[in-house]
Amino acid sequence: MEPDLPLTPSQTAGPFFSMGLNQSENEGRLASPLGNEITGEGEAISIAGRVIDGNGDPVPDALIEIRQADALGNFRNPDFFGLARSHTGENLEAKFSFRTIKPGAATELEAPYISVAVYMRGLLTHVYTRLYFSDESSANEKDALLSQVPETRQHTLIAQHDESQGIYEFDIHMQGKNETVFFQL
Amino acid sequence: MPKIDLHQHPPYFYADYKSSHSRGPNQDPIDFSCLTALNPSEVVAEFAGGLRNRFTVGDLDHDLIRNAQQGGIPLGERMVISGQVLNQWGKPESGVLIEVWQANASGRYAHKDDGHDVPLDPNFIGVGRCITDKEGRYRFYTIKPGAYPWKNHPNAWRPQHIHFSLISASIADRLVTQMYFPGDPLLDYDPIFNAVPDSAKEHLISTFDLSVTEADFALGYHFDIVLAGANATPVDPEHG
Repeated sequence: MEPDLPLTPSQTAGPFFSMGLNQSENEGRLASPLGNEITGEGEAISIAGRVIDGNGDPVPDALIEIRQADALGNFRNPDFFGLARSHTGENLEAKFSFRTIKPGAATELEAPYISVAVYMRGLLTHVYTRLYFSDESSANEKDALLSQVPETRQHTLIAQHDESQGIYEFDIHMQGKNETVFFQL
Repeated sequence: MPKIDLHQHPPYFYADYKSSHSRGPNQDPIDFSCLTALNPSEVVAEFAGGLRNRFTVGDLDHDLIRNAQQGGIPLGERMVISGQVLNQWGKPESGVLIEVWQANASGRYAHKDDGHDVPLDPNFIGVGRCITDKEGRYRFYTIKPGAYPWKNHPNAWRPQHIHFSLISASIADRLVTQMYFPGDPLLDYDPIFNAVPDSAKEHLISTFDLSVTEADFALGYHFDIVLAGANATPVDPEHG
């Protein structure tokens, strides 16, 4: 089926998106309805990371959005809203951060994962990647998408569990030797 | 899962747009259709629906002329933007969250990092939101944003524009874009606009519309937006 209408093209989010898309800007006036927390039943987790550009510098003006299933791997639970966003300009380390629950695997063929979209100045069209969990290695081995990724690049999709801090660390590299794997939907 | 046509969008690297050099990925994205083939009937996060009608907005959120007043009226040319959000199969997209942000009439954003030497407007923030109605229609009231200089190249100026972000059924539908104005002479010199394939550029330029214009109040512009419609069933002309 050929589509009837051409898509409206993407444009960069630019340097000032946070005034429109981030919850804590504008002194609370006109606050975005979308923040960096996802609530629901399940194991509470934190995720944090940086976006690294081709010069090796952390990007202080990137917007990260995540989408995930609930703890049972269900995307159709009406009581669970698995979408959140965070931006890297809120702290000196240029880190994004989320508080959420660990998603379940949706099927036998998949590991638990979170879908991640990245927007920023310099990126004319946003990119999609995925976050898998380092403490799910046996599930990761059989994951239908992860197993399509060249083995040498799979590590770019796996968030490392730092047990001492209770955080999954997930850096996104836009370029270079460790360039994160991005997906075309 | 229909494939999203990336050829309609600008590339990750565009020589004239400097900050794309270090921020756009170098390697080709991995085609998601390998997953579709393996696992055609399952729901994945990227294509899972359920994101429509999940947000609420305030009464004045769509009215940037009034939503940040502090005892005065914002300066500048008042305008109305209205349009319809559709998917690529031509069906209206209802319940879509549209978020907009923009510079004020002088060409300055109400953002701490905007150092352009023109005044802020105490009665204007330049942030708005609305939800599309059953027919996918939306309407914003605002002030026409000013052009402003930037550092991409010598004597670089951004054309007048308003940033749009849309959240529809799934994240595969996500669109962040910019709306421009008809006849803006700066468009020819703008690398962000010119990174878009020639055939697609017209879809970023609003049209002046006298039927949208409100007498004695504000000039009207029309801007329709087409999303992927990743969860929509294509309409089959043979079988209705």
